[in-house]
Amino acid sequence: MFGSLTNFGGGLFEDFRRMEEEMDALLGRGRWPAGIRSVVRGTYPPINVGSTPEQVDVYLFAAGLDPKTLDISLQQNLLTVSGERKAPVEKDVDYYRKERFDGAFRRVITLPEDVDPDRVDASYRDGILQIHIQRREAARPRQIEVK
Amino acid sequence: MAEARAERKDVTTGKSTEAQQREPELVLRPPVDIFEDAEGITLLSDMPGVDKERLNLQVDKDSLLIEGEARIEMPEGMEALYADVRSTRYQRSFALSSELETNEIDASIKDGVLRVRIPKRAEVRPRKIEVRAT
Repeated sequence: MFGSLTNFGGGLFEDFRRMEEEMDALLGRGRWPAGIRSVVRGTYPPINVGSTPEQVDVYLFAAGLDPKTLDISLQQNLLTVSGERKAPVEKDVDYYRKERFDGAFRRVITLPEDVDPDRVDASYRDGILQIHIQRREAARPRQIEVK
Repeated sequence: MAEARAERKDVTTGKSTEAQQREPELVLRPPVDIFEDAEGITLLSDMPGVDKERLNLQVDKDSLLIEGEARIEMPEGMEALYADVRSTRYQRSFALSSELETNEIDASIKDGVLRVRIPKRAEVRPRKIEVRAT
């Protein structure tokens, strides 16, 4: 079901590809220049972006958020999501692990140029924030009928 | 255990059977907070996309396994433009110790945050002794 978003070939080739990427990162020789707004892997919250000819969907994997604290804006094709995720340290307990993110976050995502900033909606369910943006009609591939 | 597995090789190809059987699917390791108070241990874990029905907790004598499958609503024919998350399966396990009461583990999940409470056995909980004023 989720295949198209997660299936990037997988298996051995995926391993090689990642190894190569890591080597490139270590040696500072990326094959492509990094996006000016790109962030390091592991930045909170993780994001997936998927598209169809009609729409672009952005998924933020952000468990335990209060949707009311979120600030989502779309300026042309630049989507900005900011908010605060609270995972405070409990008092009078002993911690063994504290891996969950706590604090303010902000992510900026460059979307395809043909998204329509007037047709956006967002929903939050089970810890995933889904932002749904329609693309402009003109940009969709049109079937041309031969008479 | 890892060594024993490496020794096992396929007789026909000479390759390790582990490599052949390995699932191509990646598994996500969800981040956790774990803390202890006088009565027990609490574990919190971020598993976005997982609800009660897709969560699996397994406890045996000395280990706790957390598994979940994220549900993501997606239109048909969607192509990935960018992906930080490359799997929908979460999995992580922890060794438990004998002073924990594994029969009374309580778990809940809300907005993708799993909360597991593992109480200590009654006999190891510190007991407060009241001093009566006479």
